[in-house]
Amino acid sequence: MATLEKDLKVQQIAAQLGSGVDLERVETDNGDELMIVNMGPQHPSTHGVLRLVVELDGENVMKATPHIGYLHTGLEKTMENLTYYKALVITDREDYLSNLMNNLAYSMAVEKLMDIEVPPRAQRLRVILNELERIASHLLWLGTHALDIGAMTLFFYTWRERDQILDMKEQLSGVRMMTSWICPGGLRGDSPDGWFYKVNRFVSEFPAHLDEYRRLVTKNPIWIERLTGIAMMSKDDCLAWGVSGPTLRAAGVAWDVRKANPYSGYDQFEFDIPTGSKGDVYDRFLVRMEEMNQSYRILVQALKDVPGGPVMTSDRKVAPPPRAELDTSMESLIHHFKLFTEGYRPPIGEVYAAVESARGEKGYYIYSDGGNKPYRVKIKGPSFNNLQALPKMIEGLMLADVVAAIGSIDIVLGDIDR
Amino acid sequence: MDIDVRLGLTPTDLELRQIQVHRPAEWVDLNPEDHAEFRVVQEKFASEIITSRLFRGERTIVVKKERIVEIATLLRDHPDTNYNYLSDLTAIDHLDHLEDGEARYEIVYNMYSMATFNRFRLKARVDEDDPSIDTVEGVWASAGWNEREVYDLFGITFNNHSDLRRILMPDDWIGNPLRKDYPIGGEEVEFTHNVRGR
Repeated sequence: MATLEKDLKVQQIAAQLGSGVDLERVETDNGDELMIVNMGPQHPSTHGVLRLVVELDGENVMKATPHIGYLHTGLEKTMENLTYYKALVITDREDYLSNLMNNLAYSMAVEKLMDIEVPPRAQRLRVILNELERIASHLLWLGTHALDIGAMTLFFYTWRERDQILDMKEQLSGVRMMTSWICPGGLRGDSPDGWFYKVNRFVSEFPAHLDEYRRLVTKNPIWIERLTGIAMMSKDDCLAWGVSGPTLRAAGVAWDVRKANPYSGYDQFEFDIPTGSKGDVYDRFLVRMEEMNQSYRILVQALKDVPGGPVMTSDRKVAPPPRAELDTSMESLIHHFKLFTEGYRPPIGEVYAAVESARGEKGYYIYSDGGNKPYRVKIKGPSFNNLQALPKMIEGLMLADVVAAIGSIDIVLGDIDR
Repeated sequence: MDIDVRLGLTPTDLELRQIQVHRPAEWVDLNPEDHAEFRVVQEKFASEIITSRLFRGERTIVVKKERIVEIATLLRDHPDTNYNYLSDLTAIDHLDHLEDGEARYEIVYNMYSMATFNRFRLKARVDEDDPSIDTVEGVWASAGWNEREVYDLFGITFNNHSDLRRILMPDDWIGNPLRKDYPIGGEEVEFTHNVRGR
């Protein structure tokens, strides 16, 4: 091809890709030409709507530029225009695979702002729900990650178990995903009859399922060869790029918010933080597999002697009074009316509360100006930072490995674009 | 009233303090003995500190924006603070409750130490007339995208940033959605019948 034609070709490709793409035709040292390939935003292996513009020299990735924002719905702006209680439902919808963890992070921030104590039964149920959610999220990750790489079977097994967890959430709240069950002050309600039986049965069966997955992939030579040594990232790089969660732990940093800054009574339970050594895709896989096992350990401990009592704080500033009281007490009626019309007003101040979500440190920063709506809410999404580090991980890889790398950092685009 | 007693202040003192620094009674100043972060910054950059506060156990220092990179580097590298991880970077638009002479924007650095597991918040005031601040990309690489987000949603520029482009909104978007004077619901939903040329 003559140079002019090549130029034209590159310009055509660039025009199709849209703005933000380097229009220049780049020549490598040996005179080869780089090809620009656009992955996504509708590509199935991009786990949502991630668009990745990759510059290729043959099969090798020279440079990758993620383009995000396709799922940006202005959740933070929306929350700033809702009362504290109503803003809770938005938290379910950002990282849509760890809804209860988002609920918890937001609730913890509001509780800190209002200085509210949460009753022990609610704390325990929060731990149980969070660990179930972590298992559900990791199961979804395991299934889709395997699917990306070409191992179809695992998907059906993990989906089977994940569905049981969704059933539990449904029995609890009537909703399978966006439950908003954890709310400032405690929980929306107590567990229904037979719920614990269901949870206990699932937990007792889970180790056998975990073993099943292990038998399918962990020692599978194809699986190992496909994942070892890919998309490595060192400890220091991970910290500098703000990577958190299993991706950080796979690089050898034993940092877990549940251990480092315990919340909701996580310090009462015995569990370990699995860490990797090389920080490659296989390490991340192993870390997440072991995390499911640790979640199981926490669940076993947490399900023993669940404390009794209420699941909502008795502080009438945030907790609606029981229905029966409304008929007899004028004050309760006023509280009820005020709560559901104008909401509560935390003092002027700012707080940051973080939990360990399935993807890393999920934080809520709230600035209150004394009004009934949060003046500023910032959602710290772990996927945002993890994705930012992706171009660094995949430089020099083959294009086919990029899919494995994207799967290994377990991004959720709702968490990134918010 | 409890708070007044704890601080050893009479109500008049408290009123005076509130008038002077415009803040509620729950906020307490940081002191250099108990809070290493405050001591470290005060030793070198005493003139840069605007105010400091302790609220619900969280420490915050508000500084002027000019030497933000030096202050951030100090907090990262000093052995007593060691904030080697930037949890989050964002901004606040204080338009709705702006006092006279106060800068409109505030850049918020929520940092974390992997050595001590402490959190700390640094804030820098940025004026409306010159909405720009130096980038801290060189201190924590992760700030890169966060700063792009602040640039995108608040319209604050970061000097010396390596790749300052819009990140969440489309490149040709007009306006900065998270500013308080940007209306909610002001955008018409696009359908085939109201978008020309499609």
